[in-house]
Amino acid sequence: MIEARNLTKTYKNGDIETHVLKGVSFKADQGEFLAIMGRSGAGKSTFLYQLSLLDQPTTGEIILNGRHAQNMSEKEKMRFRLNTFGYVFQDYALLPDLTALENVVVPLLMQGEQIKSAERKAAKALERVGLGHRLNNLPSQMSGGEQQRASIARAIAHDPKILFADEPTANLDRESSERVMEIFKELHKAGQTIVMVTHEEEYGRMAEKIVRLDDGKIV
Amino acid sequence: MFSPLNIRIGFYLALRHIKRASIWTTSLIVFVMLLTFLNLVVVTGILVGLVAGINSAYQTHYIGDVIISPLEGEDYIKQSPSILALLDTLPQVTGRTTRYLTSGTLEAGYKSYVGTGQNPNFVSLQVAGIDPSAEDAFTSLGGMILSGAYLDQNDYDQVLIGSQRLAQYSAFAGGGGGLLTVLEDVDVGSVLRLRIGDVEREVTVKGIIDSKLDELSLRLYMPATQLRGLIGRNDYNLSEIAMRLTPGTDPIVFKDLLVRSGVSDYGVVETFEESIPDGVQEITNTFAMLGNMISSVGLVVASITIFIVIFINALTRRKFIGILKGIGIDGKAIEISYMFQSLFYAAIGSGIGLAVLYGFLVPFVAAHPIDFPFSDGILVAPIPDTMVRVALLVVATVIAGYIPARMIVKKNTLDSILGRN
Repeated sequence: MIEARNLTKTYKNGDIETHVLKGVSFKADQGEFLAIMGRSGAGKSTFLYQLSLLDQPTTGEIILNGRHAQNMSEKEKMRFRLNTFGYVFQDYALLPDLTALENVVVPLLMQGEQIKSAERKAAKALERVGLGHRLNNLPSQMSGGEQQRASIARAIAHDPKILFADEPTANLDRESSERVMEIFKELHKAGQTIVMVTHEEEYGRMAEKIVRLDDGKIV
Repeated sequence: MFSPLNIRIGFYLALRHIKRASIWTTSLIVFVMLLTFLNLVVVTGILVGLVAGINSAYQTHYIGDVIISPLEGEDYIKQSPSILALLDTLPQVTGRTTRYLTSGTLEAGYKSYVGTGQNPNFVSLQVAGIDPSAEDAFTSLGGMILSGAYLDQNDYDQVLIGSQRLAQYSAFAGGGGGLLTVLEDVDVGSVLRLRIGDVEREVTVKGIIDSKLDELSLRLYMPATQLRGLIGRNDYNLSEIAMRLTPGTDPIVFKDLLVRSGVSDYGVVETFEESIPDGVQEITNTFAMLGNMISSVGLVVASITIFIVIFINALTRRKFIGILKGIGIDGKAIEISYMFQSLFYAAIGSGIGLAVLYGFLVPFVAAHPIDFPFSDGILVAPIPDTMVRVALLVVATVIAGYIPARMIVKKNTLDSILGRN
């Protein structure tokens, strides 16, 4: 479903080059729940950004359902991110002006849904993560755990092929973290492909496969 | 760029942003827009209105809608009685006044003058012979009495004098005599010596006329019967026939009617607008240009204000813009959302401005004209011109909102999400 071949990522700052990824190859099949783990600075998040088309690798290939990402235009990548991927960020990344429902509605509208149908789907997604009672709350009126669950609802409302999660529990207390991980497990059971970056062993072990990165390489 | 989908998303985001923005911030931006709108419309409107006030005063208090004056090189309108007879048959004419005009000198204090040579307390001026009641009905001259009383048809050797001819009222007095000569120590009841050609007569000041129109405040007025006797105008040929037309009558069409009737063989027929000196039109154009220049500065300031507001807004929300792009929202939709926000500020500011302008300022200034030294200024704000300015403000504001949004949106998506420069 998604394959990375010999990915490298190098950041340049003047004459200084920092090699964050040093030839990473990887493959995830449909329905898998993968955890990308490693210590801080190992390149986990950078790797996730390349896989999820948020960034462009310096060299190497990413193949999504048989399509080579390097051949895609920015517009195509945008459509891919919208229709095929779902994202859960470490800091929830909800729009502060929009209620939980509206945050989930926006990408659905972008997919061409009519407002009523988008609201129905968004409400369903929010109910699925236990936020049926928070539909009209602004992010500032919700706890961190609730915001992260709203973020998950936004990511899954359009039934993405792959759900990317970047340290989804890093900012949460234990109870909220466990709740989030429960949701991920349920999604996985329902057939959702999940690629999750985490540095927490306990949650990483919940995935069916762990990919460990160290110093920009898979170990 | 402006796909229906992007517009829909842009509107959805903008509407919610505005709805949940700080009421104080929104009010402040709308207030800036309101001031800009008023600056755009009112400054030009007052500058143009200043000249329009002069024009309006000329029309109301002097010329009417159409005026007939002597042909070039002539002192009077030939066949005046016949022309008046013709006018009396035309239903378009609702009122008219006639004037005899001539030049003369007026001398004060001549009885007590003991020096040698010419008594210095004299002025040369235009003398108007009027039908007092007809003139008052037509120009409200009787309402311009500053001191004393208005003329009566049967007054004998009684005159009205324009205030600008008297030292104690004239703006031209005390200037070393460079601009205009004025009479010293003359007031109501003063006896003056009027000389027209070789004819001399003592006249008494019955009243003093005060007007911002030079034509009215620099003249001497006496009953037409008196002046006609002085200048020997026994043919009743007049110097001016001013007339007012029924509402809706096009002065140009009426003028053509008079020309076709042969009136132009005996006098110059002009509509009110034609009779305005070229200089006044040039002043109008100059003031309009000045107003536009000042307004343009206001427009630029408003655009910069909106630019800064939107730029700061977009900059502080750069992370969220990045996230929107990250989850697949088209950058154009995000840019359009900022354009909608700018449009909202401009539309609300202009809307309130229009209400203030036409609901309060225009009627208020019409009822209480601005007291300029040379006219009663009104606020000229024709709706089509105002709408052009509204459109200008809206376009400038939307562009000013779009540019900073574009600057932020086109930044690298991941850098925006992570807050990297």
